[in-house]
Amino acid sequence: MGRARVEGLSSCALISCSSVCRSTKTPVKANFLFCQRNWFRIPVFVVLYYIDFCTSSILMVLKYVFIVCVSTAKDVTYICPFVGPVRGSLTVTNYRLFFRCTDREPVFGLDLPLGVLSRVEKIGAATSRGDVSYGLACKDMRNLRFVHKEPEDSLKKSVFEVLMKFAFPVSNNMSLFAFEYKQVFPENGWRVYDPLAEYKRQGLPKESWRISKVNDHYELCDSYPAALVVPVTITDEELRRISSFRAKGRIPVLSWIHPESQAAVVRASQPMVGQNGRRCKEDEKLLQAIMDANAQSHKIFIFDARPSVNAAANKMKGGGYESEDAYQNAELVFLDIHNIHVMRESQRKLKEVVYPNIEDSHWLSNLESTHWLEHIKLILAGALRIADKVESGKTSVVVHCSDGWDRTPQLTSLALIMLDSHYRTIRGFQILLEKEWLSFGHRFQQRVGHGDKNHTDADRSPIFLQFIDCVWQMTRQFPAAFEFNEYFLITILDQLYSCLFGTFLCNSEQQRLKEEVPKHTVSLWSFVNSQLEEFVNPLYVHYPSHVLFPTVGIRHLQLWVTYYIRWNPRMRPQEPVHQRYKELLAKRAELQKRVEELQREAANRTASSSSERAGSPTRSITPVQTFV
Amino acid sequence: MLSLGSVGAKSTKPSFVSYVTPEEIKLEKEPPKIEKHPDLLPGEVEFCCANPILKYTQDDMSQRGIFGTLFCTNFRVTFISDEKSQEETTKTFKNKLYGENDIPLMCVDHIYGVYDEKKKLITGGLVKNKYPSKMIIHCKDLRVFQFCLTFTKEEDAKKIFQGIAHHCLEERSLKCVFAFSYSGTPSPEMQRKWETILFDSPEDWTQEMKRTRANCRLVTENENFELSQRLPKYFVIPSALGDLFSYQGKGFPIWCWSHHSGCALFKASLPPVTQEDGDFQKHLDIMLNAVAHNYLYSAKTEDLSESLPTIQDIQQSYNKFKQFFLIENSTDFWLSDVKWFSSLESSGWLDIIRQCLQKAVEVVECLEKDNTNVLITEEEGTDLCCVISSLVQIMLDPYYRTLMGFQSLVQKEWVAGCHAFLDRCNHLHQKDKECHSPVFLLFLECVWQLVQQHSPAFQFSETYLTVLSDSVDVPVFSTFLFNSAHHRESVMKAESPLAQSSPLSCPTVWDWSVQFDSKAQNFFFNPLYSEKVKHEKAVRKAHKPKHQRQLSLPSTAFKPPSKKGFFKDETDSLKKILRVKRLSRWMGSPDSPAATTRGFYESWKQRPLDYHGLLLPCLDGPAVRVWMQRYLRWIPEVHIMGGGSVAVMTKLMELLSQVQDLKRVLEQRDSSQAVKLDHRPYIQHRLLSFGSSGRLSSSFPFAYSRNRSFKPIIPTGLMQSLMVTDSLASQEDEASSFVSLV
Repeated sequence: MGRARVEGLSSCALISCSSVCRSTKTPVKANFLFCQRNWFRIPVFVVLYYIDFCTSSILMVLKYVFIVCVSTAKDVTYICPFVGPVRGSLTVTNYRLFFRCTDREPVFGLDLPLGVLSRVEKIGAATSRGDVSYGLACKDMRNLRFVHKEPEDSLKKSVFEVLMKFAFPVSNNMSLFAFEYKQVFPENGWRVYDPLAEYKRQGLPKESWRISKVNDHYELCDSYPAALVVPVTITDEELRRISSFRAKGRIPVLSWIHPESQAAVVRASQPMVGQNGRRCKEDEKLLQAIMDANAQSHKIFIFDARPSVNAAANKMKGGGYESEDAYQNAELVFLDIHNIHVMRESQRKLKEVVYPNIEDSHWLSNLESTHWLEHIKLILAGALRIADKVESGKTSVVVHCSDGWDRTPQLTSLALIMLDSHYRTIRGFQILLEKEWLSFGHRFQQRVGHGDKNHTDADRSPIFLQFIDCVWQMTRQFPAAFEFNEYFLITILDQLYSCLFGTFLCNSEQQRLKEEVPKHTVSLWSFVNSQLEEFVNPLYVHYPSHVLFPTVGIRHLQLWVTYYIRWNPRMRPQEPVHQRYKELLAKRAELQKRVEELQREAANRTASSSSERAGSPTRSITPVQTFV
Repeated sequence: MLSLGSVGAKSTKPSFVSYVTPEEIKLEKEPPKIEKHPDLLPGEVEFCCANPILKYTQDDMSQRGIFGTLFCTNFRVTFISDEKSQEETTKTFKNKLYGENDIPLMCVDHIYGVYDEKKKLITGGLVKNKYPSKMIIHCKDLRVFQFCLTFTKEEDAKKIFQGIAHHCLEERSLKCVFAFSYSGTPSPEMQRKWETILFDSPEDWTQEMKRTRANCRLVTENENFELSQRLPKYFVIPSALGDLFSYQGKGFPIWCWSHHSGCALFKASLPPVTQEDGDFQKHLDIMLNAVAHNYLYSAKTEDLSESLPTIQDIQQSYNKFKQFFLIENSTDFWLSDVKWFSSLESSGWLDIIRQCLQKAVEVVECLEKDNTNVLITEEEGTDLCCVISSLVQIMLDPYYRTLMGFQSLVQKEWVAGCHAFLDRCNHLHQKDKECHSPVFLLFLECVWQLVQQHSPAFQFSETYLTVLSDSVDVPVFSTFLFNSAHHRESVMKAESPLAQSSPLSCPTVWDWSVQFDSKAQNFFFNPLYSEKVKHEKAVRKAHKPKHQRQLSLPSTAFKPPSKKGFFKDETDSLKKILRVKRLSRWMGSPDSPAATTRGFYESWKQRPLDYHGLLLPCLDGPAVRVWMQRYLRWIPEVHIMGGGSVAVMTKLMELLSQVQDLKRVLEQRDSSQAVKLDHRPYIQHRLLSFGSSGRLSSSFPFAYSRNRSFKPIIPTGLMQSLMVTDSLASQEDEASSFVSLV
């Protein structure tokens, strides 16, 4: 229905096209400005851009955005693993790849942001028939394969080159598409997280905790945020000294404080103990101060996310863990979560098992061999132990791994979701991500490899994906406890790779400020908060101060089929429960309206006759709250 | 309370860590001796009892427990706590026949005795020797009970142990089953509202044929079981079938269900092999011909015993499978958690479920897409034939997805259809292992998969299926107690005079009021059920009476019954083909069945989902799941406090009740307008005060996590869980910035 097709021909100049969008009745004016420099040394002259208003919401967003179509190839075959070869046209813009089939009913299409590509490669040499075949490995658990006929045509050959260029802008010294995306949303998502407001919500600063400005210019630690919450008894000078004792200067700072018991969740990196068992008086004093800040307990728990073997091995390289001699009243617990390499390998295996085809008869043992759910279980179990110590034990905890930017945010943010119902709301979850992941320097650029063609980079790892998976597991176990729905989580993951928004760019707060990311890009939360109704879980019930303790037994963990296997049409989800729920809500609203009308009518009639009974029977109906 | 270890003489003091404080033990020495007795059901007789018995609570690893008295009656093994428990009164979902500390004798699966720290399976022989210090009872509904016998007097312990072992394990005769002593008054409630069709009268069958517009013949010649004792009292055959009095009542194509196109599903047992080969062949031809005559002269046959696992395979697989859920303590739980998926796979249970559903989809495809008559055969014709035919009917006919429809289906295919419940469920503890097999449970498992995948299409809930699966082992109902219709009738007749000339009152399981009050019965209904939108009927051509089946695929053109003359030529050639083929696999499908049904499923999936039309299951690996509610409900380690599907269900029920309230207000308000009342029986949805649902656990409405504080279950033994052996584990996170370890 609402499809505006803008087509133009030009060599290299400014062209203007206008069209009327049929669905919104608003004129769409598109200006296509071609760069004067010849990007690809090939004649680019076809501008073909479909604006499809009904396929996906992302497209809605894109309707006023300049997307430069850089290459189109007709007569391309997409080797679909599910329906077989599909012929159609392939369009590549500077943001996405778009395939539309021409020979099949119903219309079949592919539409993916280039950011999702992790690898583009030619498969095999050109055959005698001259077919060129290339494969695209994607970060979202799928692989695509296209075959071209007639490679002599220079235009079609270029699709591959264009892909190589625009899929990996960072490797080609170009900027990511997020910097060109200029959509304006009613809300500015960059304002979602204000650290001071969030600390204030937790009641900070208070008598034993202060907000330190020691890292205002990121001099103490370049991967930490500017605002840090530390015990009042520790001076900034002491913090500086501690920073040289903790890996990457990531000192123990407060993440969250229990509103009643004052038990705190503190995060850090590993202490640089080394083989000689180095000690740091200030660090010991800091941990003592953290313990003292909580009058309810005479103990502090240190959760080291690593397996004890790995923690011990780190001593060889100057790292290590807190010895119980140096840290009196501290109890050290290892959580046995493996490192980024193990996780990457697990994800690779998982992709093999779920894409493209599932071997039904060995599905379960194949799934087990990926260890994916076991890692999920360990992470959830770790977070559960932390939450238990804080909630049931009323004890403060310190959480760290090696550098404190991978396993640590997984654990702290999951524990916080369990402990604080605020983080289970849509906005609260955004704040949690901004705080625990983004401001505390999870290395998104490295772990995801935005726009980087080096797909074998050992720094890549699905750490954040695992965290979202854990959150999903919790939403499965507590279907009414989260304000957001599954689509919200999938959207976050899709936008993590798409590079459409600036939210997940760079490695730290400092880098984002340096690159002026908030100034030049749009925040994902601008997009999300402008259409919240899409992401709301209709089953949500707000229980304030309700702690969630999930079950971490693998019997209750499930593979996230609707994310990992979503490309398989056979596994397409059935109508979800909340669909029926939404219907009921609508029905209730309708009935309620009808009742109100009748009530009004009756009231009018009573007023005129004034002899009716006073009590209306409808009074007994429970007042109905609105959920959506 | 404290845990303390007290070591002492064997007779009086416990030799293990117990949950009792010294005060409690003292209290016990000067016993108040308030004789506690179970509330006996009418007809129930107490055999023996022992006190004090310690029943371990499963809640955690420590050897905690409650003291009480253990009884054995002719109905159950029951434990009555010395402490007054409050939970019983607050339960919203209470079984009237047996409580959480009662084990109906038929429900006992295995008994283990712990002798000097060694766990031994109790069989008849061991009972004679000595009694164990600890008795572990595994139930068929997957509960696990552990009783410590060391506190009670030696002869009492011996008596209770031998009594329980005798009544639960020894082979016995059918007339000892409690159902024949039970003299509960049949409630009038059964008659009141919705009636399950029992298929025990010719009218029921005629009605069913009329409903499905079948063109078959009702056989009443077996009313007194003159044709065969293995055949149902009444059954329906293709109208073309003539002579009935041959082959000892075997090998009749028995009509199951007719598709709206006119083609039908038939099932048959195989004719006896003792016949001469020529006769056998001739009989098969007659059979196939008769089936083919039903509609369009096309027929496909499938021998289920060739393509599906045998009943012994099913039994073996289930035996392996259920072990994963009979958890005795936390350590076992976390250890088995590690290899969960591969052990699940090795049991093969989910694969058997998949195969059955797959086969049913194949049959559905024949009926729905090709409009071919289908004849499924099997040695007895009452095991997998029942599974497949029932599944096919559920997938094709929305009537069977209503609660009453489903119950009628079980009556039609299983109870009246002569499934050998008594042998298959091993109600009498016979030593002959060959004939035991959880075939009916397998069917319920398959239905659960469908319910799970297409919840809004079913009027009943998974709780209903779980309760039904439990009810098979409650020895009060006549429904699952017999091997055939003839068996039922002869036993009922023989037993009747014993019950003091009053008519034998064995309720059917469908009389749910025997087990649950009406409030609890509401949990049987699925709040997500999307009822038929009424105006839709007007759109369709003909107005159909209630329960009339909808055209399951509107796109399929309705083919009128053919004029027979027109197909004459084809018939002859087809007859020739049929004569050549023996009963074998599908005719004329060279592809593997999985591949062909895959296409059928995919084309179905592309159409908009209609919950009142054809329903197909997704059979891919991740889609076939474990029936969590049934299997995990008693394991405290997996109870999600404040979570699970109950959270959704309570929310939905609340909303539904609001909608209903509003509707009623509207109806009251404009009584001038003739508002058509809801057909569905009114269900009070506001069962639980909504605030409480936050504290309910996922095992609701079955196990109640009692007096457990809101504490998480921390797994133990995580270290063993993940053996990452490759070098990646020892690598440093920052691969680039450090020299890797040697």
